[in-house]
Amino acid sequence: MNLSKEQQDILDGKQGDVLAKVMQTLVRYGEVFGADAMVPVTSKYNHLVTSFGLKALAPVYELMDKLIESGNVSKQKFSADPRPLDPNVPSSFLQNFVFKNFMYSKQEDYEKQLEQIGIMDKDAYTCTCYMDEVGNTPAMGEVLSWSESSAVVYANSVLGARCNRNSGIIDLMGSVAGYVPRFGLLTDEGRKATWVVKIETTKKPEAQLLGSAIGMKVMADVPYIEGLDKWLGGELDEAAKTYLKDFGAATASNGAVGLYHVENITPEAVKYGKDLVAEGAKVYVVDDAELQRVYDSYPVIWKKKDATPKLCFMGCPHMSLNQLIDWTKKVEQGLKEAGKTKVCIPTVFTAAPAVLKKFEETPYAAVLKKTGVITSYICPLMYMNNPLSGKMPVITSSNKLRTYTSARYYTDEEILEQITKGGAER
Amino acid sequence: MKEFKGRVIAEGTVEAKALVSHGGLNTLASFQKALQFGDKKATCGDQNNPDLYGKQMAGKALCLPATIGSTTGGLVLYCACSMGRQPACMLFSEPIDSLAAAGAILADVWLENSKMPVIDSLGEEFLAYVKDDMNITVKEGGVVVCQS
Repeated sequence: MNLSKEQQDILDGKQGDVLAKVMQTLVRYGEVFGADAMVPVTSKYNHLVTSFGLKALAPVYELMDKLIESGNVSKQKFSADPRPLDPNVPSSFLQNFVFKNFMYSKQEDYEKQLEQIGIMDKDAYTCTCYMDEVGNTPAMGEVLSWSESSAVVYANSVLGARCNRNSGIIDLMGSVAGYVPRFGLLTDEGRKATWVVKIETTKKPEAQLLGSAIGMKVMADVPYIEGLDKWLGGELDEAAKTYLKDFGAATASNGAVGLYHVENITPEAVKYGKDLVAEGAKVYVVDDAELQRVYDSYPVIWKKKDATPKLCFMGCPHMSLNQLIDWTKKVEQGLKEAGKTKVCIPTVFTAAPAVLKKFEETPYAAVLKKTGVITSYICPLMYMNNPLSGKMPVITSSNKLRTYTSARYYTDEEILEQITKGGAER
Repeated sequence: MKEFKGRVIAEGTVEAKALVSHGGLNTLASFQKALQFGDKKATCGDQNNPDLYGKQMAGKALCLPATIGSTTGGLVLYCACSMGRQPACMLFSEPIDSLAAAGAILADVWLENSKMPVIDSLGEEFLAYVKDDMNITVKEGGVVVCQS
């Protein structure tokens, strides 16, 4: 790899041993993928995946201390994934005890580390940092050192920024060094699609189900998706962005997709069209039967498969403002039809703190509160990742949450049925 | 007995029993319980991986195509190495993905006593040949020997 004199000096330890190790990590990481150079990070802000003070991640905190003590903090401010705890979310006495005293006992200490190293502000904890309300929205072509699979795939696909699927810690090291290795999704060649996905469904495909199907099929490759534009209204409006947020998160968690192109919708697909498709690209056809096959393949790992759900999580990744408003209307209408005033299952809608603040300014906040639905900034995944929560029958329409926890997946329509009418068996 | 040659991502030699995943290893889903709740065997918790679910990963020669899933993957591997709950080695049939590479390199650069040899690009034939509990020997230069 060609290094500039400044980069070589850092690698040679002329700016200290710790920064040399940071550069060594990034250079070795790049060399594995044939990177030709270390290029400057050009986005205003970074985004880190690690937001949780899990006792089990002690080695990460030790490494952070090494960076802080040696004065190697981030050169750019950053947002981070959602906090793992929120008193608004229903939990038992035992869960609270385990959360605070065992699992997330390092939360306060870790948040202090993040302050020292460069977090944007105390509310910058969300997986949807790219929402307008949060303000970490990179421009097309900007080079990022982000992690968080759902944010990376959104930044690459919907915003046209350039970022590899970096791991936690590598994300931070990019903004400590100020450089990232140029390979993969940072290059024009790496952004070419090696799959063409043809959508041939008879109705708008469920975002989280379609994302899951494509993720499991193409894994880490780049898909070029035809036939979805007609279901998204032909333009990248707020509703389409919300759809692609959920779709992308499923492609990234059920597979390892870091970039997708949607014909006539996403910025590079609009600009370059089918020129983005690599020669010899494979084809995957998605029709109603294929989506049903994928849906039926999900294992239900609840001990009692017909248990009554005790909790419903919506918002993994965090909900957008228009999604919160849409769902408020849906829940209100669903309850009205059922002759009820409150949801049948304790239900939590999660969103970024800044999005929740905006939502609170709308008349819909009071309407949602009346239905009994709770809003929270929590990370549902972090809430679920312990044996106590894992034993709870939790339902969700998030395919990411389904993948990483015991939560059971239902489509949006089925979730609405469950929380307003208490039905929707499958 | 069969010998395969791949590319060295993290150096080292080791002998261990094979544990084979034909699908991608979802690192977070696989290791999270082991790291959080003191399971020294690192029992795989990924419900979507029928090859690995419920099996011990620590100390095994983990043979796989790639890792998938959350971008916490690299730091999860780094923590597994730091806590001594890592596989004996990771052997990839495909070119390594960015998350696994990050974990392997972070452990190699920042940890002194938790080595985990990592070899990639061993080929489809490797994954078709290797079976659970085969004896695996990782030699210098990316050479992997599999024998029943």
